[in-house]
Amino acid sequence: MAKAKSKAQAAATAPAKVSRKSNGRSLEFMGYRRENGRVGVRNHVIVLPLDDLSNAACEAVANNIKGTLALPHPYGRLQFGEDLELHFRTLIGTGASPNVAACIVIGIEPQWTQRVVDGIKKTGKPVAGFAIEGHGDIATIAAASRTAQDYVQWATEIQRQPCHINELWISAKCGESDTTSGLASCPTVGNLIDKLDPLGATTCFGETSEITGAEMVCASRAVSKQISDKFLATWRAYNDMIERHKTNDLRDSQPTKGNIAGGLTTIEEKAFGNLQKIGHKTKYIDVLKPAEVPEKGAGLYFMDTSSAAAECVTLQAAAGFVVHLFPTGQGNVIGNPIEPVIKLTANPKTAREMKEHIDLDVSGILRREMTLDEAGDRLIDITIRTCNGRLTCAEALGHREFVLTRLYQSA
Amino acid sequence: MAAATHFIVHDKQDTVGVVVVETVKAGETLTGWVLEDDSTIQVKAVDAVPLGHKIALKDIKKGETVLKYGHDIGLATAAIGKGRHAHIHNMKTKRW
Repeated sequence: MAKAKSKAQAAATAPAKVSRKSNGRSLEFMGYRRENGRVGVRNHVIVLPLDDLSNAACEAVANNIKGTLALPHPYGRLQFGEDLELHFRTLIGTGASPNVAACIVIGIEPQWTQRVVDGIKKTGKPVAGFAIEGHGDIATIAAASRTAQDYVQWATEIQRQPCHINELWISAKCGESDTTSGLASCPTVGNLIDKLDPLGATTCFGETSEITGAEMVCASRAVSKQISDKFLATWRAYNDMIERHKTNDLRDSQPTKGNIAGGLTTIEEKAFGNLQKIGHKTKYIDVLKPAEVPEKGAGLYFMDTSSAAAECVTLQAAAGFVVHLFPTGQGNVIGNPIEPVIKLTANPKTAREMKEHIDLDVSGILRREMTLDEAGDRLIDITIRTCNGRLTCAEALGHREFVLTRLYQSA
Repeated sequence: MAAATHFIVHDKQDTVGVVVVETVKAGETLTGWVLEDDSTIQVKAVDAVPLGHKIALKDIKKGETVLKYGHDIGLATAAIGKGRHAHIHNMKTKRW
């Protein structure tokens, strides 16, 4: 987090030389400036379980103290090696997110609980850990609830402040894609990235397995030979895992049944559509491990992730991305507890039949009623409005999918 | 504004296009918009093709590579005549 701090401080002290507008649109938003200089767009007080055993206590605290949010999940016991490192990185990153004002951590025992608390504490935000062993659920819930009440009353007095687009970290991932995703909704995200990259935004795409078929084109979009090689090594490692475990050509999983219903036939076709999200000009400047915080400053990053929507968004949120762009074709309904997920579709049927899930309808591109440039501007508008506090469809509908990625079995 | 667009083609060399209207009946003459050069082409639909599904723009032989986005998106597992619906019944990935 130290480098993120110095970057944000540099941005705060040196007046931005870059434009504050894109196509005449203001690119300022009202965000929450955190202790480490990073900017959030939400002000959550979260109650984070270290492990599956602590979900009940966390949910009880969130029930006691209004305005707090529990993030139950099924893991955290007997993990080891790289899988355990990823578990800690994801939990610490979730607590450290600029969208989180303060954090309560509850675990079955104190040592791993403290490891998560110490990781989050580096941001300077309020964080406290509680362990259940030796106290039981009821005493733990009582103690954690008292601290949670202090946190939420403190956090609700924090005011939004004017922030610039170069302080915004935006992630992207598509889901339940169909051919309209590759034609229009993914290119709309690409148009936004091509417009905001020169203005200093920090952006991220991933979905390693879903680049398959377009991996050489993706490799050509790296900023250097070194980063291109890093991407290809990451992609090959993921593809080797699929080759080891597959029982057929993945016809039942990838493309998904929804993808196939929407007209996508092969992984190669899906991959070229997916890659439209990074636009035409922008080069990615580094390849991140799952949930790894970017440390090379503003720019586009590739993150090694699963292509399952909730896994990918959970990892991107844990890396510090604060607002997510999600193109869908057939109508994936995903949300995330701490990172608002903005959904756009170009499928006119989905826009009509699932309108409560769709923040932006760009199906006009297919009817030639809207240009890609206009669609990109509309996506910038809805992104800024979301950052200012407008609830996304997924937030209004209560979608809080928090899904940790596992690399292998527990010991 | 252009006349109704029934299907869209990414790249001039593509051998399939994507239907972007909700109803395409067999026998209908369809207008397609090629994104690469903003040109217009016409193809007569042999099959009814659902929204988002692909229509063959030329006769594709069994075993031939199918092109979309100007790239290889898999192979034909059966002959796909011009104007026919191209999907999992006559196409397959080359990966995995």
